[in-house]
Amino acid sequence: MSEPVTALRGASDATGIATVTELGPLGMITLRGDLGDKAIIKAAVAAGGVTMPEVRHCATEGESGIAWMSPDELLIMSPYSEVHARLADLPDKLTKSHALAVNVSDARAVFQVTGPNAREVMAKLAPVDMHPDHFTPGMFRRTRIAQVAAAFWMPDAETVQIICFRSVAKYVFDVLNMAAQDRSEVGYF
Amino acid sequence: MSTRLATKGRLVDTSKPVSFTFNGKKLRGYAGDTLASALLANDQMLVGRSFKYHRPRGIVAAGPEEPNGLVNLGRDGRFEPNQRVTTTELFEGLEAASQNHWPSLEFDVGAINKHLSRFLPAGFYYKMFMYPRSFWKHVYEPIIRQSAGLGKAPKDRDVDTYEHFYAFCDVLVVGGGVAGLQAALTAGLAGARVILLEQTDHWGGRAPVDGGVIDGAPVDKFVEDILAKLESMENVTLRTRTMGAGVYDHGYALGYERLTDHAPHEGGPRHRLWRIRAAQIITATGAIERPLSFAGNDIPGVMLAASVRDFLINYGVSVGDRTVLVTNNDNAYLTAIALKNAGLDVPVILDARVLPEDRGLVAQAKALGIRVMMGHAISSVKGGKRVTGVTVCSQAGEGAVLEEIACDAVAMSGGWSPVVHLWSHCGGKLRWDTAHACFSPDVDNPPKGADGMAFVTTAGAASGTFALDDVLHDAHAAAEGVITCLDLKLPKDVVAPIAERREESPLAPVWMMPHGASAKLREKTWLDYQNDVKVSDVRLAAQEGFVSVEHAKRYTTLGMATDQGKLSNINGLATLAGALDAEIPTVGTTTFRPPYHPISLSAIAGEAKNHVFQPIRRTPIHDWNESNGAEFEPVGQWRRPYAYKRGSESTHDAVMREVKNTRERIGLLDASTLGKLIVKGPDAGKFLDMMYTNMMSTLKIGKCRYGLMCSENGFLIDDGVVARIDEDTWLCHTTTGGAETIHAHMEEWLQTEWWDWKVYVANVTEQYAQVAVVGPNARKALEKLGGMDVSKEALAFMDWADGELGGFKCRVYRISFSGELSYEIAVDASHGQAFWDALMAVGADLGVMPYGTECLHILRAEKGFIMMGDETDGTVIPQDLGLHWAISKKKEDFLGKRAQERSHMTDPNRWKLVGLETVDGSTLPDGAYALGEGTNENGQKNMIGRVTSTYHSPTLDRGIAMGLIHNGPDRMGEVIKFPGTDGKVYEAKVVDAVFYDKDGEKQNV
Repeated sequence: MSEPVTALRGASDATGIATVTELGPLGMITLRGDLGDKAIIKAAVAAGGVTMPEVRHCATEGESGIAWMSPDELLIMSPYSEVHARLADLPDKLTKSHALAVNVSDARAVFQVTGPNAREVMAKLAPVDMHPDHFTPGMFRRTRIAQVAAAFWMPDAETVQIICFRSVAKYVFDVLNMAAQDRSEVGYF
Repeated sequence: MSTRLATKGRLVDTSKPVSFTFNGKKLRGYAGDTLASALLANDQMLVGRSFKYHRPRGIVAAGPEEPNGLVNLGRDGRFEPNQRVTTTELFEGLEAASQNHWPSLEFDVGAINKHLSRFLPAGFYYKMFMYPRSFWKHVYEPIIRQSAGLGKAPKDRDVDTYEHFYAFCDVLVVGGGVAGLQAALTAGLAGARVILLEQTDHWGGRAPVDGGVIDGAPVDKFVEDILAKLESMENVTLRTRTMGAGVYDHGYALGYERLTDHAPHEGGPRHRLWRIRAAQIITATGAIERPLSFAGNDIPGVMLAASVRDFLINYGVSVGDRTVLVTNNDNAYLTAIALKNAGLDVPVILDARVLPEDRGLVAQAKALGIRVMMGHAISSVKGGKRVTGVTVCSQAGEGAVLEEIACDAVAMSGGWSPVVHLWSHCGGKLRWDTAHACFSPDVDNPPKGADGMAFVTTAGAASGTFALDDVLHDAHAAAEGVITCLDLKLPKDVVAPIAERREESPLAPVWMMPHGASAKLREKTWLDYQNDVKVSDVRLAAQEGFVSVEHAKRYTTLGMATDQGKLSNINGLATLAGALDAEIPTVGTTTFRPPYHPISLSAIAGEAKNHVFQPIRRTPIHDWNESNGAEFEPVGQWRRPYAYKRGSESTHDAVMREVKNTRERIGLLDASTLGKLIVKGPDAGKFLDMMYTNMMSTLKIGKCRYGLMCSENGFLIDDGVVARIDEDTWLCHTTTGGAETIHAHMEEWLQTEWWDWKVYVANVTEQYAQVAVVGPNARKALEKLGGMDVSKEALAFMDWADGELGGFKCRVYRISFSGELSYEIAVDASHGQAFWDALMAVGADLGVMPYGTECLHILRAEKGFIMMGDETDGTVIPQDLGLHWAISKKKEDFLGKRAQERSHMTDPNRWKLVGLETVDGSTLPDGAYALGEGTNENGQKNMIGRVTSTYHSPTLDRGIAMGLIHNGPDRMGEVIKFPGTDGKVYEAKVVDAVFYDKDGEKQNV
């Protein structure tokens, strides 16, 4: 088997008001099921290696974590190399539940926007209130970035981590850099 | 003449000279000037020509309401027409050119129209250009197109970038005058998150010009202090050069920030569109002065009184040496007083009112020795390209001239109209304020949010309160109201500032000057300067039966120019009311629509230009395709290789080569774009039986089946191969364009109709890179890679299996869209390129070549396989395509079943799919119609079908096609005519749609 490559092979641009970097590959599993079902939560917690996050939040620890995607969907994150093992462990824990777990690691691209202006860069592209009082580390949003679907959270106060579809990785990288272009500070947050 | 005075303006920095050009002439201004003030300082009063009569036009106003001062600005990649001189800040090297004249601004041939104005009344275009009908297309339209439009269209690509910014706040305050500042402070002190927008580059609005005393200090000091307080508050955001452009539902508002218009070479985005969600909006948008309607009021040199004052005090520019003031209110006296104090001449103030006593400003003006003629008016203004004097008459009469007074400027004031645009955008109603003769916001009918509560409040002059003290109180009260709505509390010691009151006499409404102006005067009395609408035009519209203000507007074009009637609307509808003998409020206003003042289309587009105009979806093999000669074609947002060109080969030759190579040796197709949906659950089989026309629940694990999907109206919407993965899991392939829509289609049925079925769907399209390995050598190539058994015995046609090939973990589907031995192999996308490289390497000795979508099309057409979007167009059912075999007769129901039983769907006259083979071997034109016998009732030839797919087949070395033909399957062997657009009539024989390997021996090896 070859070495896995990400869509942009780790491209990075630090010429603007924030640094935009492609991360990954990151292990990701879509788990659909009734989030009121204890077995599902238990399986998710085991696979994600973190505690169950609240609605519209995520819990992450390094590359592992769980993100709340919708009332019947979770995103389980793990190191890329562990995703097959973690996926394989799930069916046994879900024998009595109606659930769907699939590997989506390769279907996605992961980006990081870092720096004091990271919030502003996001607020130029996503219809989300990025004010520090309103979007805090630990929160998770499924939204759009310019014209494509995306989800993001903030691991810390100056870092935004973004997930989008792999096919639009270049577009997302380009619009993030456009939004981070030199001399475009807004000074709002 | 207009000139710069020794007394310095408030806003200009005379230590920083700025040079610019107007019509190529080099001129000088100062930092802080607008283009308007700089032009006036250079005695450039004439700035353009009007739209219809090409009348000379001068600057009338000092703000966004300016109707005349529109210029072509900049050059090349920064060229933009219709830029308003009053809202354009001066910068070094600015280049402006006047518009709508030929050959020059000073001498314009089109001005002959003004002599024809008797023959160009309101509705002229409607009356003139109706007959004869044929003239419209060949005579009238070309001429009108020639003369239409004010500025030039840009020819070069815009070199600047633009962006959006999403902001959320408790209170959005629009307008940075004293009212807006006060409202923002009050709201800010209560702890609200506040955004305050100001369209110009300075704070305070017009209060510092008009003067006054607030809390014992001059207005300037008040503005300075309140600004310092606001700047120190973390919860308040202040933005200059940002206009509140529009208010929309749910507290959505647009702010238009002009970042580098005043400094085009600074870098960074040019405009930023603020997309704001505010819980509450306060519009402190001020008021606009109204012109007076007297003959010759459009001659350059006639200006709004407050604007004369603005140019004088803000920019140190005098509009004329001798300025006649004409008014119906006290406020305009400030202009006369300011001019007099600046040492300029004010020969007379013509006040249409007759006041019982002299109070306040009137007394002050008289004390300065200015001659005031009460009850008097302008009969007409003298001059052509510049005012030379006025004739005076009684306001009460018909305009008999009492005396003539020489002057080079006229300052006029017909009262003030609150800027109610933002209040009205989202449904705020207006009421008629008799005292001030203006429409004011009706506080009982505000714009309401989803909760039924008001979400817009006006403050200051925008509320219809004009005295400084009232303005400040109103602004404070507006903020207090908003705070209550937000459940916030104001600290106890916060009170509204108090301003000294001026004694004031009431305004007298004047809609025509003089009151009984003769028809001759009315024909020279302008309402809309830009579109040349006169009092006589509006009266004519009324006479011709236009009762509704909206109809009269469109008939006369009043208020339809780029200023959207900021000056003309109220005067126009008052004139209409007068002509109809109706009360002004019963005539009502036209609709206020966003934006308040034009904003750039680029700001609306935001970042979406050039390489990020649209997202382009790329497969894991995209880069390889790009560097290996791929000519791309868009398929949805994907770019798929149409063909891979080699050297100097033509696209057609490349396609032919790819087809032959795939049929004879081996081809690789990047099939990653095909949709892949996982459908799982105890009810998944039942669900898929509803989704597809054929039976999917009986599919055995490890097997594939081709399926058709129809809408509930029976029409084909998608097709693809379905694989049974395990007991309750299926993988459904969709078309490239169908991945998202079919996913949504499935979710919709699961969420709205069969919400109790236990089925989950996941779109895993992009998880995999999928490669079709096609051709007689396909198996050899996979065997060379090594790994899983891909023999006929282990992996028969329509089987699938998981395994490893060349060390790649993969899933192999033995399916064929080409009629050849074919494997579609899915690997994780992160290994897609490496897998492709491995296939190219092992295929080298076997003659491997990549092939594109056109080759794919030819391969499938040779086999008579249909293609969504070619053989289907949203009106085609599977039965039309002879796909009865894929429609289950055993199933009780599936989406489309009932629809397909409707009489029209079972009509034997529906066009049916057949193959078409040209008699001479040529290729039929795509989309060509099949001719029947005779003609229809319109004398057109009857048609009996059309071509749906047509190609040159290199395999058969002739043109092959498919088409939908009336009674097609019954016409086998018949020759039908297909006229092409090239003049040739093609003849084609109706044949079976399968042209190649009818028995499927090639794919089943």
